Amino acid sequence: MIPTAFDYTKPATVEEAIAALSDGDSKLLAGGYSLIPAMKMRLTQPSKLVDISGIPSLKGIKEEDGEIVINAGTTHYEILTNDLIKNRLPFFTQAAGIIGDVQVRNRGTIGGSLAHADPAADWPAPVLAAEAIIDVKGTGGGRSIPATDFFTGLFSTQLLPDEIIVAIRIPVQEGARSVYLSFEQPASRFAIVGCAVLRKADGRVNIAFTGVSEAPFRDRGAEAVFDGKSWDTATIDTAVDAAIGEVDVLSDHFASSEYRRHLAKVYLKRALQALA
Amino acid sequence: MSTTNGLIGKSVKRVEDNRFITGKGNYTDDIILPGQTYAAFVRTPYAHAKIGSIDTAAALAMPGVVAIYTGADVAAINGVPCGWQVNFKNGDTMKEPKHPLLAVGKVRYTGEAVAIVIAGTREQACDAAEAVQVEYEELPVVVNAAEAVKPGAPQVHDEAPNNMCYDWELGNPKAEVDQAMATAAHVTMLEFVNQRMIPNAIEPRSYNASYDAANGRYTLYTSTQNPHLIRLLMSAFVLGIPEHKVRVVGPDVGGGFGSKIFHYTEEALLTWASHKINRPVKWTADRRESFLTDAHGRDHITKAEMGFDKEGKAVALRVKTFANLGAYLSTFSTCVPTYLHGTLLQGLYTTPKINVDVTAVFTNTTPVDAYRGAGRPEATYLLERLMDLAAHEMGIDPAALRFKNFIPPFDGVNQPGYQTQVALQYDSGNYEGVLKKGLEMLGYEDFRKRQKEAAQNGKLLGVGFSTYIEACGIAPSAVVGALGARAGLYEVGQVRVQPTGKVSVFTGTHSHGQGHETTFAQVVADKLGIAFEDVEVIHGDSDSVAFGMGTCGSRSIAVGGSAIMKSVEKIIEKGKKIAAHKLEANAEDLEFAGGRFTVKGTNKSVSFADVALTAYVPHVYPKDLEPGLDFSSFYDPANFTYPFGCHIAVVEVDKETGTLALRRFIAVDDVGNVINPMIVEGQIHGGVVQGVGQALFEGAEYDENGQLTNGTYMDYCMPRADNLPMIETAGQVTPCPHNPLGVKGAGEAGTIGSTPAVVNAVIDALWSGGHIVKDLRMPITSEKVWRAMQTA
Repeated sequence: MIPTAFDYTKPATVEEAIAALSDGDSKLLAGGYSLIPAMKMRLTQPSKLVDISGIPSLKGIKEEDGEIVINAGTTHYEILTNDLIKNRLPFFTQAAGIIGDVQVRNRGTIGGSLAHADPAADWPAPVLAAEAIIDVKGTGGGRSIPATDFFTGLFSTQLLPDEIIVAIRIPVQEGARSVYLSFEQPASRFAIVGCAVLRKADGRVNIAFTGVSEAPFRDRGAEAVFDGKSWDTATIDTAVDAAIGEVDVLSDHFASSEYRRHLAKVYLKRALQALA
Repeated sequence: MSTTNGLIGKSVKRVEDNRFITGKGNYTDDIILPGQTYAAFVRTPYAHAKIGSIDTAAALAMPGVVAIYTGADVAAINGVPCGWQVNFKNGDTMKEPKHPLLAVGKVRYTGEAVAIVIAGTREQACDAAEAVQVEYEELPVVVNAAEAVKPGAPQVHDEAPNNMCYDWELGNPKAEVDQAMATAAHVTMLEFVNQRMIPNAIEPRSYNASYDAANGRYTLYTSTQNPHLIRLLMSAFVLGIPEHKVRVVGPDVGGGFGSKIFHYTEEALLTWASHKINRPVKWTADRRESFLTDAHGRDHITKAEMGFDKEGKAVALRVKTFANLGAYLSTFSTCVPTYLHGTLLQGLYTTPKINVDVTAVFTNTTPVDAYRGAGRPEATYLLERLMDLAAHEMGIDPAALRFKNFIPPFDGVNQPGYQTQVALQYDSGNYEGVLKKGLEMLGYEDFRKRQKEAAQNGKLLGVGFSTYIEACGIAPSAVVGALGARAGLYEVGQVRVQPTGKVSVFTGTHSHGQGHETTFAQVVADKLGIAFEDVEVIHGDSDSVAFGMGTCGSRSIAVGGSAIMKSVEKIIEKGKKIAAHKLEANAEDLEFAGGRFTVKGTNKSVSFADVALTAYVPHVYPKDLEPGLDFSSFYDPANFTYPFGCHIAVVEVDKETGTLALRRFIAVDDVGNVINPMIVEGQIHGGVVQGVGQALFEGAEYDENGQLTNGTYMDYCMPRADNLPMIETAGQVTPCPHNPLGVKGAGEAGTIGSTPAVVNAVIDALWSGGHIVKDLRMPITSEKVWRAMQTA
């Protein structure tokens, strides 16, 4: 479990990081909890690590212009213990609280998790359900990607090799309520099924799943059931029936696709009941 | 024996913890020797393949590389031996293919070492190992023991037809058992798998070998449970180097659970290589290597039948087991499914006819050997699953069925030991006592009411019982010798009183989590009437400790402690002679108590420290008595010891998801006399967690190509604190009648008792909901429970 030799640089600004990233076979190092194990197993052998943990502008959480802005280098622990998040986005607090263990939460970052796009990671579900915008910067300048477009498949995103996630912006929705529930894989505690639900003040709902398929997704079929309907048991049951639909469901050692599909529905029902 | 100062029976805090919790432990990997080099292994990615050419040229040219050796370089060296011979039913010797230090010609399991690369740094060694080019020609693979014996299965070793190492049986003749079974009013049959476990000691295996050319001496630091045995096997059987020129040190060791009893190929290979290159060589397994190359445990496929008469008394037990030994024989692999498994199938019950038949099999998997409990958990799992299932099938309460079948209490002194149908004689026991206590703690009647109510409210609660026995204090040498052991299993204990009255105790057992430095010091300080702080326990170094058979089979206090007690008796005996001379009395008139030698019926006395000083400054001293106060003793036990207990698990099932929650765990263990209750409780806790791990979380998974598919902690699920309730423990004391401390051993009890209790609880929960299932394969994941509820 010894990685191959690599160079290391710790830039102080995003611009320096982008420059360093475009130089050779470099990889960004945020919390390192996915990258370092992969390097130790020699599954990935970058020639240089660009450590972005020392960039002040990538830290912090604030509310401005009707949005919650979580800078990408913010750790899971910082999100977990942030009062603004607790009040505005309780399902972010719930997700942050079950990621990894104390060490992981104190080093791992939301930006790192989103960029890695592990199909079983927790963050993508609440990020999708919250209608987040992901701000990235690269040599070509900056752009904003809606979360719904960001994830493209297994460990793959729209992020270009020279781009860095700088912030996650979430529109403030007054009166919205939210919940995140995860059925954990017992060994890794990653999500076999992670279900995030945002109930808006007008009764419309955003539903997002992680762990279920190769990429996290919004479940538009289940969401549509709530359009113009009251939040009663019948509506919830109809939504649960509609959920997952034609989705290609993962199967592994811990959960077959049949069982995972069943769990997704159970967890959706529980999440909806919690918000009913 | 002397009266005591009350240290025995006290929860003295562990002295070793000071260094462990302050990071001052000294593990093998902490040791860096002058001129140190580092090894990395080239390991096969295939489970079964012919080795073609091995090209080391590019790797040899890389920075820092000192040497690379392949199978060809060590082909003339013996393989690592197996320490226990088991014969076929027809009397033929078991098949014992060579277990080479590096694969020659063919690899037989994924992770087997093909080459060793030695370099100036660990990084250089790893880089160069990646550059070694090996050609493989893949061969068909077999991983399942029951499949491996079928005609046409891939052959692991040419010299072991049908992959059989041996077949073996024990107990009453098969015909008698068949006849008794035919009379049964009810027969409960269970076919199950006791899955393969990966030991996962927190400290990976680590070795540092060196050769001192000036003195012709080898030193091996090794993360082992068993330094003297490693020295003996390596010097005499593998390398052919003189035993007295080899020092083996097991320094601080971070857990073993059995996996560090055995002599591994890497130990001998590094020792050999250190001489070849005349520099010290160190290797520490990375976690991947630990998963792939530490000897695994269990892996039995079993069919068991238990017959009962119409009152529920067991009349016969018939067992057929296929035991997977992996690709090569690890040191004690052969005795685990036989003499540590078959011999325990009497359990706590009076079953009059028992036959056990075992076929031990080679496969393309990592070698399998003793893992915490070793054979006894397999036997207990088999019996206790059968007992609970039989109770359910016959509509008898599982606790009542046990009471009906228990061997009645016997103390082994006024009543004789209990002779089983499977070769052992139990020493002492009160089996109904532990179950009664467990039922009280559970509040059994109330539980059954709540279970019914829960079922009506759509919740599934279940309770599972396990009343176990184990054979510990391993072992009487003559007995195990007759059964095929190639070693004696006595122990050595030396007590050296220093001139100032301080005491050094040398034990041949080895502490790697058990707390011997505390427990053994308590015993000696208690018996000598001196302060606990005045005793130090030294273990693990073959240059300091005369000899030993290490720590395994819950033997350390029962056998090692008894050896120390023999030396303590000799110290007191000699001390009396010295004291008598000082007090101008007869030695026979002296008594020793509270750390003083006193002339009986007088106030004339002399302290232990005074006597010690006199022994080393013998100016006024008995004629014909040697100076010094230092005795070494060998203790060979008269019998095994037989701890027993009752474990009870309560589980709740989430009906929608199948998820299990372990709500309660009750452990009532009778381990004989207890020296340090805190340490015993800790052992029980750890054991229970490990046993729960087997029931619900752990298990090696091989695919059909012989790839270990869950060889990381992301996939191999270890139990964690939040998986368990507070463990409720209680004790009962039935002293061992045949050793001086009356102790039985506690290291494995938790693991042996707990696994079937948990599985039985799950089955009970399912039956309470009307889901009639006989078995769920361990580890019982949520999906398995969910599926059982869909179909049953």
